[in-house]
Amino acid sequence: MAEERQQGHKWTMIVDLDKCTGCQACVVACHAENNVPSPSEDEIIRGRANHWIRIERYWEGEYPNVKARFLPVFCQQCGNAPCEPVCPVYASYHSVEENLNVQVYNRCVGTRYCGNNCPYRVRIFNFWAPHFDPPLEQQLNPDVTVRGPGVMEKCTFCIQRIRRAREQANVEGRPLEDGEVQPACVQSCPTDALIFGDKWDENSRVAKMIPHERQFKLLEHLGTEPAVYYLKGGETHVGE
Amino acid sequence: MLESKAVTGPYWEQPDPEDERLAYQLEHGREEHLLLDARPPAELNQVVLNTMQQTGPRFWVIIAGLGAMTLAFLIAWFIQIISGLGITGLNRSVMWGPYIANLIYFIGIGHAGTFISAALRLMRMDFRRPIARAAETITLFGLAIAGLFPIIHVGSVWKLFYMIPIPNQRELWPNFRSALFWDMTAITTYLIGSTLFMFVALIPDFAMARDHTTGWRRKLYGALALGWRGAEDEWHRLEVVSNILSFVIIPVMFSVHTGVSWNLSMAIQPGWHSAIFGPFFVVGALYSGVAAVIIVMIIIRKTLRFGYFLREEHFNAMGIFLLLLTLAWIYFYFAEWITNWYGNLPMEKAIQQMLTGPLAPLFYLMLFCNIVVPLATLWSRRVRTSLPAMLVIGIFVQIGMYVERVLIVAGSLSRNELPFNWVNYTPHWPEVTVTIGTLAFLGLLYALFTRVVPIIPVWEVYEGQAMQQVRRIGRAIAPTRTEVH
Repeated sequence: MAEERQQGHKWTMIVDLDKCTGCQACVVACHAENNVPSPSEDEIIRGRANHWIRIERYWEGEYPNVKARFLPVFCQQCGNAPCEPVCPVYASYHSVEENLNVQVYNRCVGTRYCGNNCPYRVRIFNFWAPHFDPPLEQQLNPDVTVRGPGVMEKCTFCIQRIRRAREQANVEGRPLEDGEVQPACVQSCPTDALIFGDKWDENSRVAKMIPHERQFKLLEHLGTEPAVYYLKGGETHVGE
Repeated sequence: MLESKAVTGPYWEQPDPEDERLAYQLEHGREEHLLLDARPPAELNQVVLNTMQQTGPRFWVIIAGLGAMTLAFLIAWFIQIISGLGITGLNRSVMWGPYIANLIYFIGIGHAGTFISAALRLMRMDFRRPIARAAETITLFGLAIAGLFPIIHVGSVWKLFYMIPIPNQRELWPNFRSALFWDMTAITTYLIGSTLFMFVALIPDFAMARDHTTGWRRKLYGALALGWRGAEDEWHRLEVVSNILSFVIIPVMFSVHTGVSWNLSMAIQPGWHSAIFGPFFVVGALYSGVAAVIIVMIIIRKTLRFGYFLREEHFNAMGIFLLLLTLAWIYFYFAEWITNWYGNLPMEKAIQQMLTGPLAPLFYLMLFCNIVVPLATLWSRRVRTSLPAMLVIGIFVQIGMYVERVLIVAGSLSRNELPFNWVNYTPHWPEVTVTIGTLAFLGLLYALFTRVVPIIPVWEVYEGQAMQQVRRIGRAIAPTRTEVH
């Protein structure tokens, strides 16, 4: 459905699990860029880690032959998103221009239905009014709203950066170039494990990498058509 | 007998043993069946009106207790709105908890009222007559309180009006694809429909109360009776309207709990995504609802001294009904469980392992309350006609069905597709306070309502008694029913 439409952009992320070291730089960058409050330790113990991007760490094997696997998970910007039809007020809807799932904070009444229906559990509910420990409140990003209590929020692929770059390109009268837009997580990734671009732009880096022999999508069997491609890492041998 | 009575006098003055047997049968039938034990309507009226107007100090003590608990609920809700949902135990994975379970529970206990008054009416089951209004009142207040729970549950209650399709200048409408919207529509329809149905049946009783009271009551009942005079065409119209509304309200009743269950089953959350949820929830709702009606019947009979109206036959009939619903519920639960178990999908396996693992005490409590207790007891007529036993069974079923809803809502959510997000849920004080407080609120509304509204439909009882006759057929006495329409 969404795949067939060629208007606008199809923003796509590639996560190379072979390169991910689990350093969590993307998590910190995302918190800073998107004005996501830092939860306290108690809150995290209560299961309210409100990261828009999180590194899921899975242990493999038994001690001492144990291995850690890291899986960065953020909103998969599904082409066929389960969160969209369930929202009774259209707070969660599909942007035609950017092909992203966007969340309208002003519209959200906080039924949290979308959060239950997201198989990736990437939608964050603001249980409290936002609180930033000093001096963090001094460095809030003016391009992003600080969301109030009682609404859902989630990764936007840094839509403020996408919009700014596109407006700049419009002013200069040229099409958007590949690599011009970089979400905060991509920008901060030291090992270049995250690659971002427009899949419908044939010359973009992501378009050239897909299809990739190591590629898979998270929970692909659910038919959510995520816009995030993972490349298998570790000792996976594909194509042999 | 030691003194032998010599038979004196002619044989036609001797008592006929056959007549004595029939007289005994008749007397026994009177004791057993309300509809055969006709009393003058004026007497029935007074029995009901007196209970409405006499309130002792114990009543006000109970009202004060329930009122205090209701106040605690309102304060907890206020604190929750001010400080945010963070004070609840909900978390990133378990975003729906007891508030949604309460919504399902309160709508559930509201199901029996309509079923008893509408479906049993259409099936001409006469045992419903004295019960109908008490059951409908549960529907009314159960639904009203259930309607509170979406409001308590949402994060931004001040924006809730976005969910209502109000024409607006920006042409922003609710999302008609959302199961929550269907649910809201179904609940509203049901609330309006069942209130209307209840009110129609109340009109003759309001008129009766109007004619026998003074002061503010007379004014109130006069307004509510809509000028009812008891003319024949009015009775005829009442009959027609009641029949039409009965047929209309039954599909609505099914749609409501199906709609509630679809909130869960339309989501792709494992443990929820099941086509059986619609009928399963309807049966579960009737199950907990009938148990709730039995509890209320016992309380009303004890406190308002309605021993004349609510007899063994009614508890017996309700007990049989509850037993049938137990069997139906077990069938559905088994069907759902074995499908998941046999299918052996990893996520559904994980949920079943959690239910029999960390949540095992709750899970086995539910099975005990919902399966063992009713099945072990309700087959016996002595149990079904014993009020303490029925009260205990009813409370067990309430606990079991409530735990079932919590396990389905919060239990399933704590296991999801990515094991990294498995979080267990524990309720915090707001959920507990709100749950207990809303139950008390239901009791408060109900108790106050019984002071204002005749809780026994006197005219229906009288109508039933007028239609019932005793005929002698051969050597037995049989109650017969006259169809007047």
